[in-house]
Amino acid sequence: MPDAAAPMHTPKTAAEVAELVAAGGTLEIVGGGTKRAIGAVRADAVLSLAGLNKVIDYAPEELVLTAQPGVKLAALEKLVAAQGQMLPFEPPHLGKLLRARGQATLGGTLAANLSGPRRIRAGAARDHLLGFAAVTGRGEIVKAGGKVVKNVTGYDLSKLVCGSWGTLAVMTEVTIKVLPAARAEATLLLFDLDDRRAGEAMGVALNAPVDVSAAAHLPRAAAARAPLKAQMSVTALRLEGFEASVAARFDTLAEALRGFGHVQRLEGPLSRDFWGQVREVEAFHKDPLPLWRLSVPPASGWQAAQALGGEALYDWGGGLVWLLSDEPAEKVRAAARAHGGHAALYRGDGPAFAPLDGPLAALTARVKAAFDPNGVLNPSRMGQG
Amino acid sequence: MKMPLPDADLMARKGEIVRALQRLVPGEGVIGDPAGIVPFQSDGLSAYRQTPLAVVLPETVEQVSAVLAWCQANGVKVVPRGAGTSLSGGALPLQDGVVLGMSKFNHILEVDLANRCAVVQPGVTNLAITGAVEADGFYYAPDPSSQIACTIGGNVAENSGGVHCLKYGLTTNNLLGCEIVLMSGEVIRLGGKSFDAAGYDLLGLVTGSEGLLGVVTEVTVRLLRKPETARAMLLGFPTVEAAGGAVGDIIAAGVIPAGMEMMDKPAIDAAEAFVHAGYPMDCEALLIVELDGPEAECAELSAHVAGLAEARGATTIRTSTSDAERLTFWAGRKAAFPAVGRISPDYYCMDGTIPRGQLPYVLGAITRMALEYGLGVANVFHAGDGNLHPLILYDADQPGQLEAAEAFGADILKLCVAVGGVLTGEHGVGVEKRDLMGEMFNETDLACQQRLKCAFDPDLLLNPGKVFPRLHRCAELGRVHVHRGAVAFPDLPRF
Repeated sequence: MPDAAAPMHTPKTAAEVAELVAAGGTLEIVGGGTKRAIGAVRADAVLSLAGLNKVIDYAPEELVLTAQPGVKLAALEKLVAAQGQMLPFEPPHLGKLLRARGQATLGGTLAANLSGPRRIRAGAARDHLLGFAAVTGRGEIVKAGGKVVKNVTGYDLSKLVCGSWGTLAVMTEVTIKVLPAARAEATLLLFDLDDRRAGEAMGVALNAPVDVSAAAHLPRAAAARAPLKAQMSVTALRLEGFEASVAARFDTLAEALRGFGHVQRLEGPLSRDFWGQVREVEAFHKDPLPLWRLSVPPASGWQAAQALGGEALYDWGGGLVWLLSDEPAEKVRAAARAHGGHAALYRGDGPAFAPLDGPLAALTARVKAAFDPNGVLNPSRMGQG
Repeated sequence: MKMPLPDADLMARKGEIVRALQRLVPGEGVIGDPAGIVPFQSDGLSAYRQTPLAVVLPETVEQVSAVLAWCQANGVKVVPRGAGTSLSGGALPLQDGVVLGMSKFNHILEVDLANRCAVVQPGVTNLAITGAVEADGFYYAPDPSSQIACTIGGNVAENSGGVHCLKYGLTTNNLLGCEIVLMSGEVIRLGGKSFDAAGYDLLGLVTGSEGLLGVVTEVTVRLLRKPETARAMLLGFPTVEAAGGAVGDIIAAGVIPAGMEMMDKPAIDAAEAFVHAGYPMDCEALLIVELDGPEAECAELSAHVAGLAEARGATTIRTSTSDAERLTFWAGRKAAFPAVGRISPDYYCMDGTIPRGQLPYVLGAITRMALEYGLGVANVFHAGDGNLHPLILYDADQPGQLEAAEAFGADILKLCVAVGGVLTGEHGVGVEKRDLMGEMFNETDLACQQRLKCAFDPDLLLNPGKVFPRLHRCAELGRVHVHRGAVAFPDLPRF
């Protein structure tokens, strides 16, 4: 766990962030503090971005929003919803899953590149960060990208900072792309499929011309847990859009899935609640076992989980596997690798990420050094020095 | 446009360099004779040309690796090249460098419909990927206008867009993985078939890096299922402002069309004269709006869009009733560049992006600038995402006109940045916009990017002279702290 005794700084401006970084001590970078347990950092001090918490500009008609990183995700979701828009990547908050007290922030979500069920259709957090300002580990204030939806000017550092877990730079301002929210949604449910058959059903659905916006499978054990408490496994496919379109696509999808048994339909708030539960992995909030996040090719999801045993919950059409397992870390990581993906430990003791190897590890270390040569930002968070 | 001064020693070693490359890539793989080199002297930005020392066309990853490692060991610069369709001079050769052409990497290695992806070599054309999967109902979404010729490796290097990227994203949003070879010869895999990879998103960094970080030797792209129906609408407006207003209204109504293109009067006239697409001639601005999805969706949304257009005073509202008609609507837009080529000896295509709301102001300013420079201009425009393509008309045979066109273009791009936009939406910086980078980024920003270049290519041998207005030796970048973005290293040469 992170060091609770380390002093905390809460700068109010980018210049103050730069001063703190330039002072030279190691820093743990924190937004709302929800994800501190992932790759826990020990540093001389904590740099909280809670003081950089303003929305700077929101132009719904341009589909862009500029904000400081400490803005709470929940507040931002409310703000864009009031304009009939959404954060397309449907970010998970994960505070409850990770048993943290704080609330997820925009900056933390981007730094961790966290994306929810709609990732398969709309892209990840990294696909929606258009540009940013940040303080690098050198204490320099830099900007990259832009504030328009289409831009290829210079290296695409937005991609690089997303998923860098605060190890390269401390974001101080971000511009993201938003989209109109769907007017309607409906979820098609299938029941009692084993993991393999569910994988096939999700494959059929994703390969049909119906623009599925989410595909998840809760095996019997996960489905039996709160809040769903179902008697059998549940496989779910979501359609979003204009009402007439959703209705037409639902019929096409039901027809394509005829061989998979009885079909049930969830609409409106029921559908939204269900996907909220999937996004937050609610079924696994209470279990004491270590929780792994496997990212694998979608068609291999069930095989990777089966190779390890334990209890699984599948999102992203099988490409994202949440797995409760007390198998040794090396075994979990090896199984994910063997199926063409990787595993990260989200809840449990030990490093979150496996060290990289070969020329990729050396290149990664050079990239880290380009931003943070003295290793002051989130030391060892991603497994490197 | 100044390029780094050629190294006389390297020029003198041409024979030795060609022989060494021939040992690494035997057979017909190395072109050293002047006549053979001619086709490689320029890319799609044909105003600039240069004769490289040699062209090498490897066939295997091992050969790419060996060539790069040898060039690094011998201090030889390398310019990677796909089909050479870059509009920003990304593949412009260097006089003292070697062009590394990837055209022989032209195989589709795997189509994996279970994971909705394809693994292809970089020399496969953009359109050939769709060609390989369309019988199964799939396609690869990014569709740059040059898609019949441009290659996926070049698309990765340039992060290419196209008319459908408003809804489906640019290249970077449609990739899962790639294999690159560093200047050192090291082969590195980034990503795979999963939605994200372990470690930093180096795939995202390499995409759009304009051939400065590594040479792409394999690409894994996402495939999408083809929508059931696609329908295009032709909307003619009496003013550019009205058309711009309609674009805003459509998006405000929650509609994200698959494509939304605008043409102004000179572009409409040129396109109509060339392909006879049946465009209305009584309007000042034409919108082409494509909607896709199930039939029910297209029907609902096209009625909705028609209503919005009418409220903005549209004088023409036509919706395609067949796929043939849809393609006819698009024919004029897709042929807009060559159409303009028919009415002017030369044209120069700009690529800035602006906030959509600034469109009437920026188009008005471009019209005024055209008068000042005494040059014609036709505007085609990815209206949905604010990406402008002003085509500046000039005649290179008239003394001073190329320079005037370049100055006019630079003024347009400065204006784009001034209203909150960017220098390039999809064509890349290359050599063309290199010296304008300072309009968007200060020295600290640029030094940060150049340190990444050093992480990949510490000797600055891969495609130097592109993207960055100054070359900084990596050791200096590592040591020096740039103070408040002030100009650093004033003694270093500019080019």
